[in-house]
Amino acid sequence: MDKEYVGFAALPSQLHRKSVKKGFDFTLMVAARLSQTLTIERRGVEIEEEGIKVKLTLVDTPGFGDAVDNGDCWMPVVRFIEEQFEQYLRDESGLNRKNIQDSRVHCCLYFISPFGRGLRPLDVAFLRAVHEKVNIVPVIGKADALTPKETQILKQKIREQLEEQEINIYQFPDCDSDEDEDFKKQDAEMKESIPFAVIGSSTVVRDGATRPVRGRLYPWGAAEVENPYHCDFLNLRRMLVQTHLQDLKEVTHDLLYEGYRARCLQSLARPGARERASRSKLSRQSATEIPLPMLPLADTEKLIREKDEELRRMQEMLEKMQAQMQQSQGEQSDVL
Amino acid sequence: MSKGFAENRTDVTMSELVAEPRPKPAVPMKPLGISSNLLGYIGIDTIIEQMRKKTMKTGFDFNIMVVGQSGLGKSTLINTLFKSQVSRKSASWNREEKIPKTVEIKAIGHVIEEGGVKMKLTVIDTPGFGDQINNENCWEPIEKYINEQYEKFLKEEVNIARKKRIPDTRVHCCLYFISPTGHSLRPLDLEFMKHLSKVVNIVPIIAKADTMTLEEKMEFKQRVRKELEVNGIEFYPQKEFDEDLEDKTENDKIRQESMPFAVVGSDKEYQVNGKRVLGRKTPWGIIEVENLTHCEFALLRDFVIRTHLQDLKEVTHNIHYETYRARRLNDNGGLPRHLLHQISPPSRAWKNKARRR
Repeated sequence: MDKEYVGFAALPSQLHRKSVKKGFDFTLMVAARLSQTLTIERRGVEIEEEGIKVKLTLVDTPGFGDAVDNGDCWMPVVRFIEEQFEQYLRDESGLNRKNIQDSRVHCCLYFISPFGRGLRPLDVAFLRAVHEKVNIVPVIGKADALTPKETQILKQKIREQLEEQEINIYQFPDCDSDEDEDFKKQDAEMKESIPFAVIGSSTVVRDGATRPVRGRLYPWGAAEVENPYHCDFLNLRRMLVQTHLQDLKEVTHDLLYEGYRARCLQSLARPGARERASRSKLSRQSATEIPLPMLPLADTEKLIREKDEELRRMQEMLEKMQAQMQQSQGEQSDVL
Repeated sequence: MSKGFAENRTDVTMSELVAEPRPKPAVPMKPLGISSNLLGYIGIDTIIEQMRKKTMKTGFDFNIMVVGQSGLGKSTLINTLFKSQVSRKSASWNREEKIPKTVEIKAIGHVIEEGGVKMKLTVIDTPGFGDQINNENCWEPIEKYINEQYEKFLKEEVNIARKKRIPDTRVHCCLYFISPTGHSLRPLDLEFMKHLSKVVNIVPIIAKADTMTLEEKMEFKQRVRKELEVNGIEFYPQKEFDEDLEDKTENDKIRQESMPFAVVGSDKEYQVNGKRVLGRKTPWGIIEVENLTHCEFALLRDFVIRTHLQDLKEVTHNIHYETYRARRLNDNGGLPRHLLHQISPPSRAWKNKARRR
């Protein structure tokens, strides 16, 4: 998520610079842009490395926090995240489950401005709205605005604020006790440097005597993206791509999605909620069958009888679906 | 190191300013023609020295306001500009400074002396501006404060028994800190400057400019200038108040090329090439605050302090204050009789004076 332009756009090209072998699958989905409101942009890229293919989807949120009044500007983001869960729930409950496309958001990079004194009210409001729904990895953007000391102080402040505000960011799992010391040390260092302070750049600069590097060239020197003394980019990339990609997906599925699903089904199980749910789903029909509360059949008979029929049918469907889900849960834990 | 204080006159009474044309910054007067040589030296040009002496005796007031989101380096910049700890940095980072829920106005005065000249500097800080989720109308407390100072001055002025020297708390210069996003001005920036450029001299600056490369800086500045123009925002020095061709040429260059100044502030010193310089030390180099190839701090300092300080005060007094005064007296209707003839829209009167010369 961008609040201001903090260099985010350069990160994706850095993440996959080595990996692409052939062809890009470039899908750009842009929501209608109204002035001063948030838009959600989705870009898909397929990356292949050593024979392994990854379909990377990037979701950008230009306009976040730009307006004079940013009240509730995070709602479209929350809605988007929930929609992906909704879609997955639908797919999971359907009949054709072999090719479920997982469009759920596995990781949210939240860019904190280096110019503030920590989290701003808007940051806190956004993080509180999404922390139970997505893995948050807080990042300090444009880290070349800060001296090393300032960076340390800012990180400390942010960590304190996150704790104070009870915001649950993505927790790196502890390493296994049988890992070697070096790995453990590296792991501890990485945890210490959260939130990661990053510099984004795809331009290659040549700083006098040194070899060409990716960075930002200033009159007083070149800030290098991949230099661990300049910023935490390498840590972030290692964490996102090399070590915790799978864990991010698992936490999304086992914790965040399950939480959503439970809340959703619980609310459906309440009397009255079923009718409301069915009415709201009238306008949304997916290609696959929806075992969720169904459309009532067209019926020209008396309204009361129609309603009774509807209720009975929905009751049946719900029971069937619950049975299916219990079964599928068993299947899924085998697959994973 | 002269900051150019000695070249500025002290505050003069209103009648002097209204009656006489504005004197230019001190330039030695060339003898006009041969006649004065034949007549002998009169000594008119000693007026400059006399004014200088008076200024040194009485000193003068300068009130500068800083506006911008928290963390943009406002306090540090003020301290760098005036080379003293005039602004208490609201982030000594270890302190538990909470963002105020509404915009606060904090005015702190200091006396700075240089070359025998005393300046009573007042720095007006505006914590809380732009920091909330909803920043609608957050400029209102600021506009209110500015008008309150005009009101205070007006009240003193219309007294029958007036003070010899009316204390001047009016805001002479408002530094507006633009966040260096590199994209464009934010809606809040435009809103603020639209409203406030009508009541106070606004000097927009790009804060923390050490996050932009040279190209990014150039492009950003161009874009900002364009946006200000498109939105009809007249920042200081305003085009309509250029007095003559000399002013216009000088100010045009500033308006079209230099402003908004992209600045970096610092109160720390480092050793660079054997010299001690103010700067910021990063792993990839030391950013020197006063090095023009690094940032434009020196341009801002020269502009606000060494060349346009007096003009900032005069435009505040002759234009902004007069506008306020005229509006107030018109609204009130009931004026003391001896003031009735002075109600004319200030900008037109100002231009008339300029044309007459």
